[in-house]
Amino acid sequence: MHRFLLAVLRRDLTLAARRRGDWLIAQFFFVMVASLFPLGVGPEPEMLSRIGPGVLWVAATLASLLSLSRLFADDHRDGSLEHMILSPEPTVLLVLGKSLAHWLIYGIPLLLIAPVLGLQFNLPAQAILTLEVSLLLGTPILSLLGGVGAALTLGLRGGGVLLTLLILPLYIPALIFGAGAVDGAMAGTGSEAHLSLLGSFLVLSLMIAPWIAAAALRVSLE
Amino acid sequence: MNLYAYASPATFYHLAGRLIPWFAWGAGLLTVWGLYVGFFVAPTDFQQSEAYRIIFIHVPAAWMSMFIYLVMAFWGAIGLAFNTRLSFMMARALAPTGAMFTFVALWTGAWWGKPMWGAWWVWDARLTSELILLFLYVGIIALWAAIDDIKRGDRAGSLLTLIGAINVPIIYFSVKWWNTLHQGATIKPSGTSMDAIMLQGMLVMAFAAWFYTIAVALVRVRRIILERERHTEWVKALLAKEI
Repeated sequence: MHRFLLAVLRRDLTLAARRRGDWLIAQFFFVMVASLFPLGVGPEPEMLSRIGPGVLWVAATLASLLSLSRLFADDHRDGSLEHMILSPEPTVLLVLGKSLAHWLIYGIPLLLIAPVLGLQFNLPAQAILTLEVSLLLGTPILSLLGGVGAALTLGLRGGGVLLTLLILPLYIPALIFGAGAVDGAMAGTGSEAHLSLLGSFLVLSLMIAPWIAAAALRVSLE
Repeated sequence: MNLYAYASPATFYHLAGRLIPWFAWGAGLLTVWGLYVGFFVAPTDFQQSEAYRIIFIHVPAAWMSMFIYLVMAFWGAIGLAFNTRLSFMMARALAPTGAMFTFVALWTGAWWGKPMWGAWWVWDARLTSELILLFLYVGIIALWAAIDDIKRGDRAGSLLTLIGAINVPIIYFSVKWWNTLHQGATIKPSGTSMDAIMLQGMLVMAFAAWFYTIAVALVRVRRIILERERHTEWVKALLAKEI
């Protein structure tokens, strides 16, 4: 069973390694969205460190959506997705493997870029550390919930925009707890409560989202 | 009498047709009664003066907006579990009314918020979760609109409704801990801090909203039944009779 999961994971990572441009787009998108805010609201350091956690978190959710519309689409187009679903292995594992691969491709680079952007937003070191922890807990949620949206909108016209409309409301708790943790670290009120809630939301998403995404995938391919 | 017989669209179509006038007239009469109590009988509020009267529309609309979402999730779950076509049709028939009530609750809330809080909009827990509920409704309706295949659309929409229903309490509490300004719930299971006549007006309006929702959903579900079953014998016979 776990061999199937590893096979899906290895396949998606290999595909991503062969097409580096694709996943770099999401990272540049993250950097650009975050960089637009100082241009829009002004460069005062106090203001930037005030809005920084929220801006970086919003940019991270948008960047995840950008890459999620492709989660199943490429395999759907060349027909390999149907074969994987027809195989005797459980579809849930396929979804889980693909979500995990998505997180490794999109979430990990995001974690590496975020501290640099944190410095641009004048965040103190403690806050940047908390930002990293919150993104580490939060970005897998985005990949898991996004898998549901990607499965539901598979092959639809305007699928990318529709995916955004469906999934952004579901991201809100992750956004609130993630940005709240960083705010708490900066205000000195502590961030443990927010991080614990973010962690429990991650566990809940892990338990529910792959099953619903697998059901949605079967519905979309019927 | 076998209730399960009404899971068949052909039988339900006629039952719905017989029920609609009752619920429509009920909604009309209850609205007149509720609004009369609300605007002429209920006394002026000590603190909020006349502006509080918006609650006779606002609170029932807010209740219905949340309740309809749960009913949609219920029908979606039944449809996914038992593969009954009518359940999906009910879910589709309810969604526009739910979105409408969500919008009404937000709009009337803004009218009430301006004189009370001095702002059309505040980022308060209840307002924000109601806004997110509107987003969820819009997302579901958009998903249905984007999928041409009826069977796929039904199931995809129901799955989205379900994951939204799981998420709504989480969203509510996350937003609540994030920021709260809205006055606490006045009507609690342990009793109410409200004048009896005001409560009466509000409850009557709540029932009016219920009756309206049922009537409109039944009208809409009849249209959906006709559209989907247009190739069947009974619909052809029905249409031949009407022409």
